[in-house]
Amino acid sequence: MDFLNALAALANYVIVPGIAYGAQLALGALGVTLIYGILRFSNFAHGDTMAFGTAMTIILTNGLLALGITFGPLPTALLALPFAIILTCVLVLVTDRFVYRFYRKQKAAPVILVIVSMGVMFIMNGIVRFTIGVRDIRFADGERFIINVRTFKEVTGLDEGLAIKTTQGITVVVAVIAVALLFWFLNKTRTGKSMRAFSDNEDLALLSGINPEKVVMVTWMIVAALATTAGVLYGLDKSFKAFTYFQLLLPIFASAVVGGLGNPLGAIGGGFVIAFSEVTITYAFKKVIGYIVPEAWEPEGLVQLLSTDYKFAVSFAILIIVLLFKPTGLFKGQSV
Amino acid sequence: MTLSMRNTFLVVFVAALYILEGSTTFWIFSGSWDSALKMLNFALISAIMALGVNLQWGFAGLFNIGIMGFVALGGLATVLISMPSTPGAWSAGGWQILFGLLLGAATVIGAVLMLRWLPKGRMRVLMTIALLVLGFFAFRAVFDGGVAKVEDINPALTGYLGGLNWGGENYKDYGWLTVVAWPVGGVLAAGAAWIIGKTALGLRSDYLAIATLGIAEIIIAVMKNEDWLGRGVKNVVGLPRPVPYEIELQADPTFIEKAAGWGLDPVIASTLYTKVGYALLFTVFLVVLLWLAQRALQSPWGRMMRAIRDNEVAAEAMGKNVTARHLQIFILGSAICGIAGAMMTTLDGQLTPGTYQPLRFTFLIWVMVIVGGSGNNFGAILGGFLIWWLWVMVEPLGQWIAQVTTSGFDPDHWFRVRMEDAAAHFRLFTMGLVLLLVLRFSPRGLMPER
Repeated sequence: MDFLNALAALANYVIVPGIAYGAQLALGALGVTLIYGILRFSNFAHGDTMAFGTAMTIILTNGLLALGITFGPLPTALLALPFAIILTCVLVLVTDRFVYRFYRKQKAAPVILVIVSMGVMFIMNGIVRFTIGVRDIRFADGERFIINVRTFKEVTGLDEGLAIKTTQGITVVVAVIAVALLFWFLNKTRTGKSMRAFSDNEDLALLSGINPEKVVMVTWMIVAALATTAGVLYGLDKSFKAFTYFQLLLPIFASAVVGGLGNPLGAIGGGFVIAFSEVTITYAFKKVIGYIVPEAWEPEGLVQLLSTDYKFAVSFAILIIVLLFKPTGLFKGQSV
Repeated sequence: MTLSMRNTFLVVFVAALYILEGSTTFWIFSGSWDSALKMLNFALISAIMALGVNLQWGFAGLFNIGIMGFVALGGLATVLISMPSTPGAWSAGGWQILFGLLLGAATVIGAVLMLRWLPKGRMRVLMTIALLVLGFFAFRAVFDGGVAKVEDINPALTGYLGGLNWGGENYKDYGWLTVVAWPVGGVLAAGAAWIIGKTALGLRSDYLAIATLGIAEIIIAVMKNEDWLGRGVKNVVGLPRPVPYEIELQADPTFIEKAAGWGLDPVIASTLYTKVGYALLFTVFLVVLLWLAQRALQSPWGRMMRAIRDNEVAAEAMGKNVTARHLQIFILGSAICGIAGAMMTTLDGQLTPGTYQPLRFTFLIWVMVIVGGSGNNFGAILGGFLIWWLWVMVEPLGQWIAQVTTSGFDPDHWFRVRMEDAAAHFRLFTMGLVLLLVLRFSPRGLMPER
């Protein structure tokens, strides 16, 4: 019984939040890694693309709610999501046409593109502030919990409760669907295959008649969809604030690099590695250990390895360790 | 227009922007010398930061986006040097904290040595991990105890170790210590840069960018949470100053007489006097650093750096140790940012870790360097002045635009409300636009490298 209680506590505070956060990071890292694979630069504007997509979703959600349309027990934001994706697509395609294409034609060094993406980051951040401001916004509606603490306790008879928020459930389901679609697209369709070919060997791909502009366009559209989805899922689960999305850039980059830049499978793996390390290292294990060990051994302190404020430090430390010992990432990424 | 004429024009233009802010109320200018001097002081500091970044990017092509972290470390140095030490803090837990930190450092060094000297294999990995885990718990056990004791000392006012100022109650009499703290800030930043450089240099440029971005966030997180060090988000206020206090000047009869001689009200005269004092101090530092940077650029060492930047492979073939040179210049550039950070904290008179934001302290400096002209020290400084002016003036500019575009609407019209609201957020958008336009149409900046 004590063991089950420990398990429930662990699931409630570590496993469930870790899975949800990992899925959000994985979707974000997929976007970064795709840009890296096809356009060959690290996109610093990715966090703000996510923020833009989420801001559009919030505005559309408010519009739908004003019309009296809701999505039953699910958050209305999911209904608004497809339209927000289209808007984000338009934004990134316009950005690509007027900003990035010029440097692509010039074959500019990747680091120049990174600086350019910094400029884009400023502008997108400005747009988000213009449209929605800098407030902290919660936009999750509908049912709050799939399982709440009380029902769980009644059903199982345990002392420890386990709550699964609707947003956590939705995060996992939507992420699985998005990833499945992406991999189907990359592996089965003609455009997807040409994208992979372009990423593997640009010269050979051009030689075999693949249209680079089309590949780039499709990549941006997929990235916009992934970024918006990741942003909305994160916002539903926690809350929306333009600045937090900028700060997400670090764990997202860490996930992509740890998994191996340019490798989609790696981005997913990296996302979960980073998420679980952040959650486990900053979680106070006193309760869990208290259930497992005999009473006399019960620890006095919180058994928290690092305070929660250091979660950035965790993703960063893992990033450095991976870079030092395995520079191509855990799942073989592109180049060093 | 020849290059030197163009440069002269640019310098005159930027100088005019500052003079107009002080002298006229026309258009968006405030017509207050006080505000112009305040802007000038921050511009001088920004120019020093731009100089440091230019050293890294312009001379060596290193992409550092952790400037915020080095600036914050410089600020910490000001507190550590110029504040009085909290009575009883060292005897209560200070030495214990220090011992804990030494234990932590010893663990890391031990692990590195173990990796280096033990034979390869599973044994080595297991032993290193065991050492790290044991060392971590030993470190936490010693360190946490000390921290709790220090933070318990009058937490509302102190609760931290304090600095090295020996003045005690009269610590404000030793204002010149802040100036001593500026180079110390540089040393602190250099130390952090050495650690980062050792791990991240030699990898691809993107990785250095991500690593520096991360370390900056971590430095800020440490400064926010380690209350024993710099009071964390409770801030350290009332730092001593290297220039006289306005109130003291206003009470000083000789100063009042002087002010009357200048034809100024003593209150206004005293604020201007302190600001000019700061400006002179900062200018001295800027000129010295600029002179050093120019000398470095024109020396064989500077030519080697540029050769490495332009073609790493060729430089390596000539027998140059690229990674070692990169580490050198990375440390030097970061140290300059640390010096500027210490100056900024001195000017603010307080250390507020909660206010450090990457957009303001990292990316803005990058805009300055790119716009001014990477690879040209004078360009970086010009960029610092110009972009700082824009950063401050964008807000009145936004309000002006809002006013002009909405003048035909009545005050409650949604468009007018929206525009007035948006004026406050004009800043980042403009910075991004300026950066993109310069990168596109004048990629070498306003004052290109010769």
